[in-house]
Amino acid sequence: MSSLLPPPDRIWWKEPLERVELIWVAIALVWSIVMFFMMPYWHVYGKQNVSNEAYKTTPEAFKAKTEAMVEQYTVRTETAGNIPVVRPPVGDVYLLARLWEWWPILELEKDQSYRLHIASLDWQHGFSLQPANINLQVLPGYEMVVTVTPNKSGEYSIVCNEYCGIGHHRMIGKIYVTE
Amino acid sequence: MANNNEFRTCPDTGLQFHRPAETLMKLNAVVAVVFLLVGGILGLLLGLTRWPAIHLLGASDFYKVLTLHGIDVLIYWIIFFEIAVLYFTSSTLLKCRLATPRMAWLAFALMLIGAVTNNVAILQGNSSVMFTSYVPMQADPMFYLGLILFAVGALIASFVFLGTLVIARAEKTYEGSMPLVTFGALTAAIIAIFTIASGAIILIPTFLWSVGLIEGIDPIMYRVIWWAFGHSSQQINMATMVAVWYAVAAVAFGAKPLSEKMCRSAFLLYILFLQLASAHHILVDPGISSTWKIFNTSYAMYLAVLASMIHGLTVPGAIEAAQRKRGFNKGLFEWLRKAPWSNPSFSGVFLSIIIFGFLGGISGVVMGTEQINLIIHNTLYVPGHFHATVATGTTLAFMALTYWLVPVLFRRQVIFPKLASLQPYLFGLGMSGVALFMMGAGTLGIPRRHWDITFADSPLTHNFPEMANALLGFMGVSVLLAVVGGGLFCLLIVGSLLFGKRLSLTEKGETPLIAEPVTSYEGVGIGKIVAPGTLVLAMVFLTAFVLYYFINWKFLSQTWGLS
Repeated sequence: MSSLLPPPDRIWWKEPLERVELIWVAIALVWSIVMFFMMPYWHVYGKQNVSNEAYKTTPEAFKAKTEAMVEQYTVRTETAGNIPVVRPPVGDVYLLARLWEWWPILELEKDQSYRLHIASLDWQHGFSLQPANINLQVLPGYEMVVTVTPNKSGEYSIVCNEYCGIGHHRMIGKIYVTE
Repeated sequence: MANNNEFRTCPDTGLQFHRPAETLMKLNAVVAVVFLLVGGILGLLLGLTRWPAIHLLGASDFYKVLTLHGIDVLIYWIIFFEIAVLYFTSSTLLKCRLATPRMAWLAFALMLIGAVTNNVAILQGNSSVMFTSYVPMQADPMFYLGLILFAVGALIASFVFLGTLVIARAEKTYEGSMPLVTFGALTAAIIAIFTIASGAIILIPTFLWSVGLIEGIDPIMYRVIWWAFGHSSQQINMATMVAVWYAVAAVAFGAKPLSEKMCRSAFLLYILFLQLASAHHILVDPGISSTWKIFNTSYAMYLAVLASMIHGLTVPGAIEAAQRKRGFNKGLFEWLRKAPWSNPSFSGVFLSIIIFGFLGGISGVVMGTEQINLIIHNTLYVPGHFHATVATGTTLAFMALTYWLVPVLFRRQVIFPKLASLQPYLFGLGMSGVALFMMGAGTLGIPRRHWDITFADSPLTHNFPEMANALLGFMGVSVLLAVVGGGLFCLLIVGSLLFGKRLSLTEKGETPLIAEPVTSYEGVGIGKIVAPGTLVLAMVFLTAFVLYYFINWKFLSQTWGLS
């Protein structure tokens, strides 16, 4: 009977399946399993995975760590606002997000791996590295540590892609990658 | 049956309407359409702002309108309409009186008061916090209070639905199992209860925080629980949409399910796994383990995706088999060529299935893959995806059902039938453009919820590829087309309710409003396959899915190493 009426068999569970349904379910199930196993597979063999490393932090503590790095490794400043450009050695590097800037500007070497620590000092922000198109969520109170390995030299922009108030569209930072 | 005066029998369809249920269905549906209209106008303003050549609104208005647009369309349009569907599928399809009509009125009043309170709070300007209202950004307390009142109302309505099912069973108003469409609506109601409970768990403390009674809300806790509400609420839409697909297939073709067992099992998979998922939005968040993300984002091994792929086959499959039974049994696609393409109920549902599947479904699974999300999170791709699923798929399905409800429920003829038959195509085409061009721009890194991608007032700047501007322009043109299509729908429906020719409450009308039910699919199809054309279409879908899925892994493999 039509889908608007009760089924003819009182117990719908006992109704036979159509062959076309069985064929499709089998195909769809195989595809579902393939998609599922692609994720653990990529954790083992792929080179782009989100890190599972994060720490609780406070705005003061994270700001202090970032400032220590800036003090030690600033190589020059840019723009009228004198944003420091920091060229840290391979190892831990810090980037903070606040209304409405990414601070400081980082200068990294191509094909080197850095432990990039990111946190917000106030509201939520979105780290969107362009044109590499890598996107991470940045939260206050949590310090994410992600190991990044730049694979091309050049100038990269960090756009904020989590709405963070009226200055959101002005929030932009830079990462330079040198040979 | 209680009292025969409390029921009206539709002379065209034989459906029985319990009068209090009928009134509430009408009210909920009309309020839904009003919110769709408001949401559509807001969408037009947004489209014209993100079209770089026009850039209509100022920044503060843009963020305010964006907040309102998201909530009005994703919550109010959809859920008011869903409540109408819940009452229809319980009271009307089961020929049963509505449980506690007074509580249903209370539900409606709370939902309306909540929605209006929330809208006013946003319009006052202190609550431009987006649909997601992520803490610690704070909105006006009235913003949260409005949402909570609305949620309580919707929760009561869901229990009225469940109560009606209980009464129908106790009073034996139907034999055996409930109809498939009611089963689908029950799925939606169960998901709704889970969803609204999650919403309450996070929004009530957030409200208390906004009035100063709680010191702070942890942002990760907020995101995890909020998305159990935010994403699952879209699963209510999806379950309801699929129920509407089956309903329209039955109305327009008398289609019976290929097998009750398969369709109902797929709905059971929804109940078990669909509302599991909330991780899609927190795949690139700190502090959440990959194991949980993989399990959650894949609905435990894509079992809910499997269910959607099943419905994607069984709905058009049932239409095909019914058409074949009616004599269109030649070749692979005669059933489709000879389908009633000028009937907006059919064309709306067919476009809904195609656009939901090809654009919304594929993009959703791809971007919900743990690692691929790295190149998509919070770009314009994300709204592109849900403009294909909810904004086009669900909305078209609800529009399709509405064209049928105007004569059946409101006893009016739809005005300007030629325009009505054109309307789903205009809306479907426009919205597909909106979705596709947003996804394209997102692939190029264009952020969502962003007023100025030229960064004019910023000390630093970034130049997006030229192509992105072109895509955003195309998106703007598509918005215009979609607004014409959506506006036409609102005009046609409101016009029909006010000025459409009245149909008799007792006499049958000239045009049949429901097809004779097909009782068996014996002897149709090719070989032992009753729906070979649909199977071919399904294989085309799968091919597109597989290709697009692996293309995105390829994109991902080209970016920086991350671990």
